[in-house]
Amino acid sequence: MPEIKVTPLGAGQDVGRSCILVSFGGKNIMLDCGMHMGFNDDRRFPDFSYITQNGRLTDHFHLDHCGALPYMSEMVGYDGPIYMTHPTKAICPILLEDFRKITVDKKGETNFFTSQMIKDCMKKVVPLNLHQTVQVDDELEIKAYYAGHVLGAAMVQLKVGSESVVYTGDYNMTPDRHLGAAWIDKCRPDILISESTYATTIRDSKRCRERDFLKKVHETVERGGKVLIPVFALGRAQELCILLETFWERMNLKAPIYFSTGLTEKANHYYKLFITWTNQKIRKTFVQRNMFEFKHIKPFDRSYADNPGPMVVFATPGMLHAGQSLQIFKKWAGHEKNMVIMPGYCVQGTIGHKILNGQRKLELEGRSTLEVKLQVEYMSFSAHADAKGIMQLIRMAEPRNVLLVHGEAAKMEFLKGKIEQEFSINCFMPANGETATVTTNPSVPVDISLNLLKREMSLGGTLPDPKKPRTMHGTLIMKENSLRLVSPEQALKELGLSEHQLRFTCRVQLQDPHSDADTLRRIYTHLKSVLKGYTTQHLPDSMSVMVESIVVKVSSSAEDPNTKVLLLSWSYQDEDLGSFLSTLLKKGLPSGLC
Amino acid sequence: MKLYCLSGHPTLPCNVLKFKSTTIMLDCGLDTTSVLNFLPLPLVHSPRLSKLPGWVSKDGAINLEKELKECAGRVFVDSQPELCLPERELLDLSAIDVILISNYHCMMALPYITEHSGFTGTVYATEPTLQIGRLLMEELVNFMERVPKAQSATCWKNKEIQRLLPSPLKDAVEVWAWKKCYNMQEVNSALSKVQMVGYSQKVELFGAVIVSPLSSGYSLGSSNWIIQSHHEKVSYMSGSSLLTTHPQPMDQSSLKNSDILILTGLTQMPTANPDGMLGEFCSNLAMTIRAGGNVLVPCYSSGVIYDLLECLYQFIDSANLGSTPFYFISPIANSSLEFSQIFAEWLCLNKQSKVYLPEPPFPHAELIQTNKLKHYPSIHGDFSSEFRQPCVVFTGHPSLRFGDVVHFMELWGRSSLNTIIFTEPDFSYLDALAPYQPLAMKCVYCPIDTRLNFHQVSKLLKEIQPLHVVCPEQYTQPPPSQSHRSDLMLELQAPPLPYRRCSVLSLPFRRRYERIHLLPELARSLVPSEVKPGVSVATVSGMLQSKDNKHTLQSVPKPPPAAPTKKRKRVVEEPPEVLAPKPLLSGAVPLDGFLASLHKHGISEVKVEETSGGHILHLQAEDALIQLEADATHIVCDNNEPMRTTLRDLVLQFLQKL
Repeated sequence: MPEIKVTPLGAGQDVGRSCILVSFGGKNIMLDCGMHMGFNDDRRFPDFSYITQNGRLTDHFHLDHCGALPYMSEMVGYDGPIYMTHPTKAICPILLEDFRKITVDKKGETNFFTSQMIKDCMKKVVPLNLHQTVQVDDELEIKAYYAGHVLGAAMVQLKVGSESVVYTGDYNMTPDRHLGAAWIDKCRPDILISESTYATTIRDSKRCRERDFLKKVHETVERGGKVLIPVFALGRAQELCILLETFWERMNLKAPIYFSTGLTEKANHYYKLFITWTNQKIRKTFVQRNMFEFKHIKPFDRSYADNPGPMVVFATPGMLHAGQSLQIFKKWAGHEKNMVIMPGYCVQGTIGHKILNGQRKLELEGRSTLEVKLQVEYMSFSAHADAKGIMQLIRMAEPRNVLLVHGEAAKMEFLKGKIEQEFSINCFMPANGETATVTTNPSVPVDISLNLLKREMSLGGTLPDPKKPRTMHGTLIMKENSLRLVSPEQALKELGLSEHQLRFTCRVQLQDPHSDADTLRRIYTHLKSVLKGYTTQHLPDSMSVMVESIVVKVSSSAEDPNTKVLLLSWSYQDEDLGSFLSTLLKKGLPSGLC
Repeated sequence: MKLYCLSGHPTLPCNVLKFKSTTIMLDCGLDTTSVLNFLPLPLVHSPRLSKLPGWVSKDGAINLEKELKECAGRVFVDSQPELCLPERELLDLSAIDVILISNYHCMMALPYITEHSGFTGTVYATEPTLQIGRLLMEELVNFMERVPKAQSATCWKNKEIQRLLPSPLKDAVEVWAWKKCYNMQEVNSALSKVQMVGYSQKVELFGAVIVSPLSSGYSLGSSNWIIQSHHEKVSYMSGSSLLTTHPQPMDQSSLKNSDILILTGLTQMPTANPDGMLGEFCSNLAMTIRAGGNVLVPCYSSGVIYDLLECLYQFIDSANLGSTPFYFISPIANSSLEFSQIFAEWLCLNKQSKVYLPEPPFPHAELIQTNKLKHYPSIHGDFSSEFRQPCVVFTGHPSLRFGDVVHFMELWGRSSLNTIIFTEPDFSYLDALAPYQPLAMKCVYCPIDTRLNFHQVSKLLKEIQPLHVVCPEQYTQPPPSQSHRSDLMLELQAPPLPYRRCSVLSLPFRRRYERIHLLPELARSLVPSEVKPGVSVATVSGMLQSKDNKHTLQSVPKPPPAAPTKKRKRVVEEPPEVLAPKPLLSGAVPLDGFLASLHKHGISEVKVEETSGGHILHLQAEDALIQLEADATHIVCDNNEPMRTTLRDLVLQFLQKL
């Protein structure tokens, strides 16, 4: 029986370095090719040691989904096509380059991909449009759906014949200030591979979270403190910028807001050019007012960090594991007046993760320690679906099986139980390197001759009647690669075969002291009463009765006029009825007949 | 399968295809050439146009002073300009399931079709087509509503009267299909029925057919459509281009192997080379500016204007036009320019890669930033104070009957220093200029039509090889003005099926097969047998289920084992419940083989008698007779049912069942 195999190379019961291998219908597809933020050695890349594949899809530009792409395509030697959406294709190389610079130029690592490799890798990328059906080869077909997580994020449907797999990547089921909600049609995939970062969280209303966030920022600024918001350059940053921008405007606040790194302006430019990927409201009004042109938010300079007075700074990266956000954090960590707001998920091993777990003393490189006195706030603004959202997506797509990735094992376990209970479908959560196998039961597509189909539909109607099932008969002709279902007559004709007539004749003797004509009528009456639902004809001219196409002829025996000889004749097609009739008539006619 | 043709205009088509159980409208183009018969709508009071003499027939018998005015030696209708709608009586518009739009020029009649007609279906279009189409409709409504005219003229349309009118009014056709422009409310309602699609997206209609748009290379988001079921494929080609301009290149290979190709939207200027025209455009523009004159370019607010601006961007510095102001005046000028920059996915590769930098794909962003190009919603307001001459003005409408262009005609028409350059191919420039004669300004006609020409299309058809081609009748003969140019028509081996307005074509097309799915259980139960090398057959008996135009065949449920009843005897007497016909038989029963197997079953006393057609076997002990012929077998056996069934099965062993 056909099988679909899913093997996570990364993100199996883990967050980060998404990389999932799917094999079905003779195709191998890698979904995402990410890296892990919490490791600094080889473990940050997925384990590529055992793969060959046909195509690769990257669903969005976060490094945990595309970070290992050049490593895979240029250093491991993958040479097939890579698919991603236009915005992802645009932004991905910039993030990769940024990442490379931090790793190689600042930390001085070697064995890493080069700028040229990033460029070469991007040349293999085929851009995807939403809802476009792309034929990877004759059999494999892919289609992208809007995922809402970041600009250009997409879910993908893979299809070979009647088998299909949907991979969500990261997605968000609630529209926010700049992106829309993920959407998919009722495509009934065999497997839905869903992320489960927030498998156990059910977040309160977004409005409350936003109000909370604004209140905290406002309070800190009012008392002269500095607010650090570590973010990734694209994604939540824009969402929070829009939030603060409108708040500053409404409240007429004067404290400066900065956005660190040169990427900002460029990033906002991407949003302007890819406005069709944002939400309805922004798209509708962009000609009049472009939401990504900020009035209150200015570029940050390193020296501003020491300025006195309140300020708000968005700095990258988002998990405080390196770069500018970490530098600023170190500067501001010592003052209670200040605040750091973590708006997203932090991977284990990062400073972000440590301080969120309440660690107040951090060991830094070079044995120094850092005392954390500033307020640490966690506010989930990361655009992942929460448990409710995941359930909602399952309801939308109606998969036959669900497979969870990109989440922590314990949380997955909980969600798995919930899914199995609510939808009565199987739910898998393989660890890295483990394979989940699902057997499918595909139906066989066949071409039916229109004549046969129409005849059957006019006779039996379109839906089977459970009380009176009707059987359709046809001949399946298998020739080369075609399967055609035609009527038996047509099959004979097409194959150049002549029909072989098989007939049976059977004589039955009957004692019936009546004239031949009367016997005939008596037989007719008898058969008519027994064979309800069949056409029975009385043909006195030829001294016969016909039941469907079976002929019963009556004559008297030469010796004894009371002994009647019935001659039954039927073809093989009427075998059941013919056999029944001969047995029936042998028993004689019932006495009550007139 | 039938095709109803509701428009006779070859580049503004409107056809309805009935295919399987669906009714699909392909485009709904609005023919605006009718407006040429109307007086221009001036934005500012024009003494000249307001004092025109009314028209009275020479003998004074017909007096239509109020409706018709004489202007520059021609007679024009003095009312709100009217547009020529697609035919609405040929079939019931409420029966249309879906409308497929190929490009924004071909959707302008949408509100007339979807509103007040009982239409309840869906319209499919790409995102740029929808957005730019909306802008163009807004602009048209704005042009019309800005200069309201209370009067509507209908008397002249009376057949008896129209016959006596001077040309060209006399020759106007379908005048009763001319209608006033829709309003914004109707536009919004019509566009709310549009569902956006992406290239190569497969949209399933009622499970019966799949439609899918393909890039056609003509304008932003322009598409050809494929309408197919599992066994039939109809391609609909509308405005397509093979030239490298701003849109994504045309997808040709997906059109291959069509049963029917409906071919519309070829170039209206088969003899004008777009590149040459572009060169002429630039040189005339530069010449006029250098001589101190102004240049007026009447054009649509989206489409070729992007290419003109791009061309000028490269040309400005080399031609020393750096200080000349370029104005783009239209209620949708700003939106059109902004929208063009956000559809990177729909642009040619070259422009796409700019977005990755990130830079705006069109250079007009830079022209605007450097203040070389300025856009205004109308001549009123800021424009009147900032306007400097000599300058270049892009403005609509290209028919010169409404929009801001009317004002510039009045303003600049008197001076021979000025030039008007026509770039749109939709209107005859002489007719467009008629109400402004006599004119001193220079007129240059460089129509830029990037759609396929006859040479390109015949090459394309050779490539994609459709079985049948359907096209407007205009394409089956040379244009009337160049009747000797047999190269300006479609010449195909199998002549194309021509259509005209109101044609109903039966398309030469027979469906023979349909897709059905055998459920796995049934499929596993099949027993194929090889009848010829490479050909196997299997008899299939199943229950048919047809839902949403999808057919499946499942195994017949086994009847529950008859409950052991006391009336056992009666059960035997029940006739067979289901009329299950046996399979057809084929092949022959070989005499020797048959005798051998009879022998195996203990029947050895057989007398064989040769006949003309075969043999007769007498089974003496069993008192049975078997007649064997090449394609018939007859078993005569009395009073011995077990023997008969044994013989039957022995015969069946040698035969194939179908």
